[in-house]
Amino acid sequence: MDIKSAAIYFNIIYPEIFLLAAGMLILILGNLIKSRGLMAYLALIGLVGSLILTIQQWEQPQSGFYGMVQIDNFSVFFNIIFIMAGIIALLMARNYLIARNIERFEFYPMILFSTAGMMVMASSADLIVIFLGLEIMSVPLYVMAGLARKSAGSNEAAIKYFMMGAFATAFLLYGIALIYGASGTTDLRRLMADLSYLQSQSGILLYSGAFLILIGFGFKVAAVPFHMWVPDVYQGAPTPVTAYFSVAPKAAGFAALLRIFIYGFSGIEELTTLFWILAVLTMSLGNILAIFQDNVKRMLAYSSIAHAGYIMVALTVGGEGAVSSALFYLLAYAFFNLGGFAVITLIDSRTGSNALIEEMKGLSARHPFLAAILALFMFALAGFPPTAGFFGKFYIFSEAVKNGYILLTIIAVMNSFVSVYYYLRVVVVSYFGKPEKEFSPVLYRPAVILVLLITTAGTLLLGFFPQYCLELSRMCMFPFI
Amino acid sequence: MEDQILTLVTFFPVIGIILLMFVPRHQHDSIKSIALIIAFITFLLSVFMYSMFDPFANGMQFEISIPWITGFGIEYHLGIDGISLLLIMLTTILSVIAILSSWKAITTGVKGYYISMLLLETGMIGVFVSLDLFLFYVFWEAMLIPMYFIIGVWGGPRKIYAAIKFVLFTMFGSLLMLVALLYLFFMYHSFTGEYSFNLLKLYEMPIPLGAQTYMFLAFALAFAIKVPIWPFHTWLPDAHVEAPTAGSVILAGVLLKMGTYGFVRICLPLFPEATIQFVPLISILAIIGIIYGALVAMVQRDVKSLVAFSSVSHLGFVMLGMMALNVQGLEGSVIQMINHGISTGALFLIVGMIYERRHTRMIADFGGLSKSMPVFSTFFMIVTLSSIGLPLTNGFVGEFLILLGTFKANAVYAILGATGVILAACYMLWMLQRVIFGKITKPENEKLKDLSGRERLVLIPLVILIFWIGIYPKPFFERMEPAVRNILNIVEKARGAQADDSEGFKSFCEFDKSRHHCLKPENK
Repeated sequence: MDIKSAAIYFNIIYPEIFLLAAGMLILILGNLIKSRGLMAYLALIGLVGSLILTIQQWEQPQSGFYGMVQIDNFSVFFNIIFIMAGIIALLMARNYLIARNIERFEFYPMILFSTAGMMVMASSADLIVIFLGLEIMSVPLYVMAGLARKSAGSNEAAIKYFMMGAFATAFLLYGIALIYGASGTTDLRRLMADLSYLQSQSGILLYSGAFLILIGFGFKVAAVPFHMWVPDVYQGAPTPVTAYFSVAPKAAGFAALLRIFIYGFSGIEELTTLFWILAVLTMSLGNILAIFQDNVKRMLAYSSIAHAGYIMVALTVGGEGAVSSALFYLLAYAFFNLGGFAVITLIDSRTGSNALIEEMKGLSARHPFLAAILALFMFALAGFPPTAGFFGKFYIFSEAVKNGYILLTIIAVMNSFVSVYYYLRVVVVSYFGKPEKEFSPVLYRPAVILVLLITTAGTLLLGFFPQYCLELSRMCMFPFI
Repeated sequence: MEDQILTLVTFFPVIGIILLMFVPRHQHDSIKSIALIIAFITFLLSVFMYSMFDPFANGMQFEISIPWITGFGIEYHLGIDGISLLLIMLTTILSVIAILSSWKAITTGVKGYYISMLLLETGMIGVFVSLDLFLFYVFWEAMLIPMYFIIGVWGGPRKIYAAIKFVLFTMFGSLLMLVALLYLFFMYHSFTGEYSFNLLKLYEMPIPLGAQTYMFLAFALAFAIKVPIWPFHTWLPDAHVEAPTAGSVILAGVLLKMGTYGFVRICLPLFPEATIQFVPLISILAIIGIIYGALVAMVQRDVKSLVAFSSVSHLGFVMLGMMALNVQGLEGSVIQMINHGISTGALFLIVGMIYERRHTRMIADFGGLSKSMPVFSTFFMIVTLSSIGLPLTNGFVGEFLILLGTFKANAVYAILGATGVILAACYMLWMLQRVIFGKITKPENEKLKDLSGRERLVLIPLVILIFWIGIYPKPFFERMEPAVRNILNIVEKARGAQADDSEGFKSFCEFDKSRHHCLKPENK
């Protein structure tokens, strides 16, 4: 095996190490110190510190661990998304967990560990390391899903997620094994280099392996038809956890998918067709089923399936521009999706609330600013200009049209159209209905305000002035292409 | 200052929005005053812009171009010609009038309402000034949001249905337009190696007929839904009837013109060959719209509904004149856009006034109002006659030119279209007779208060315009002529004929004896 760098270079994973250290520190301290707020702060410090370390890795591609770990702009971009999602989820979680009386100090290190796992996934050039990252990411997520121990829904969510995750992992591992059998390596660069040779020699094995890996990740990013777990898990888990689920693991899954399939298996016709079908199915089913939902969290679950579908359009198109567009979209999506969930979390802090859409009637009368911000996020999700959601879709669609995928673009655009209906419905209910139950006073803690500020600013800035992030995403091409 | 005037006019209402955000929700009077002052200042700015506008210059004026999203060659590119100038004036004056007319009508959520109105104004003006197709699209879509709120929060009983229908219909068209936009963008790139959404540059690109046809259809669908052209009009009656008065005024007055403007600004000059191909289809749809709109208007029991269908009919005229693809037709079409905004805007205002008094809009509930509300009835009659197209009113100028232009292009179309004039007289006069003439049949109508000072203030500018355009339309035609000629030149080049009318018909200006005021027709 080509040893690109003969040494290990721990320094390239300082961000991950920082997170893991912080997490372990909190795990230990949490047993000794009663103050859970302190644990939350420590976790926040861990995330912010890791963010700083990550940003320093921009424009400095390095590899280590015998070439298995690859830090490049692509991984830094994704790491930033993961950490930011973690920060936002952390900030919005605390109030909610306290209000629902499910706060446990272990929650905070879970976010840290999960983020570290995601970062490993995004920074690897080797299938085994991707798998490793996937596992490190997933296990804390199972715990987080089941955080509300007394809630049947939460327990169900945890079990379902765990079973699905295990199942998906099995597919993934088998796929990796088959690829190893076909090629004798799990290194993506080697795969890319030897691809044509391998296709002719051991095509069946290679394709089956790729197919199984696709299925495995398909479960993770909730592509149709591997999406069945999403509504139940998203609905059952505590709302800020759902928020985190809908953004970070999805982004991580796509990071891995992009690396493996655009990098490793680039240019295979059959794969493109497969992605095409998956994209269309995912978008369409996600959007159509979202229309029929009464529960806001379930609706957002299906909506996140649909958004995964849009990103799969970028995956189908392939190539540099499309990858950039997927990155931009994931960044924008992180902002407005987390923002939408943040507002829902705030409203949902009452105990016993079911997060039904109907319960948001008349929100604008009681909390006009909150309703306005929610409306902004709904519009961003639907893709109205001048929000980030519009430009994200515009970017992806333009890449699709550029490469000749007109029909796919038309389907995606029609899906956007369908999605307007259910996003608007939330706005309708919050603005045009009369409040039935009294809204509990919304606790505008500083953390909450910070979250709303960050997400709103992100949504608007990326919508009005996307140029900077556009350029950043364009710089994220793998160094070896 | 010249450079910045367009940005100023477009975004001045946003200053109002920022100001309003800081005013506490319950201070209704402050909110209303601020909104009115901002809208009025915007109007003054637009008058200033009008005065600086050179009526005889060719090409875009006050152009400004700043790179915005350089990765896609998207620029903040604004500029106006005569057609956009007139539409912007219409927008600013109708915005002031709409805000003034809502003074007593909106009592809840006042802050949100005026913020939406100002946002809407920015969106509408933005559509008319954009010369970058991406920017155009952003304004086009962004304007949906405040309109959706205005209909859905402050509207009538079926407001939510109407609001969602409005958004979904419009979005459907515009999303397809997005695909065509992207296709155009990449076509331009493959042609010139440059990435740009610059409309003026895109004009120069020759597009093969096949691609033109598809792109024309995508854009035309979006615009056709907006205009609305039959059979894409079904959202209109619901939206118009359910919207609050000011909302209907803006909707009918300006928003519908965005569709026709889109045809004139984008479809005709970018896809001239395709346009020529589709002239029969669109003309026939326009004629169906004229006749269908009129016939359905005739059987409406709700006055607002009647006016809404009359809009379909009137805009059929606008499209018919446009599709004649000659100077008279296009000039008539543009002036009729303005006229319809004025007349139908005024009609909706009048309907609103009577609704505020009696909380009903059913024709059967009225009768003999001229006895109890003579001033109101006078205004009503003037506006109705303008809508019908009586000479001396603005409607006549527009309809006459449209029919003239259409007749030149295709006599049959003109004859069919002309029946619309007769039908309009039918339903309008019949409605007028049932509402304001005759005996007072319902006792509630006897003690109705006539128009207040504010209400007269709201209608008077429109009446002035009705007669101004009807008697002395020259300044308006002067300013639109270079723009119209430019567009027609492109179309005629595609047709291979001369822009100058070779069959002896002269443009409006040449009818005018004092010819030295007008642009001499160019020989191409």
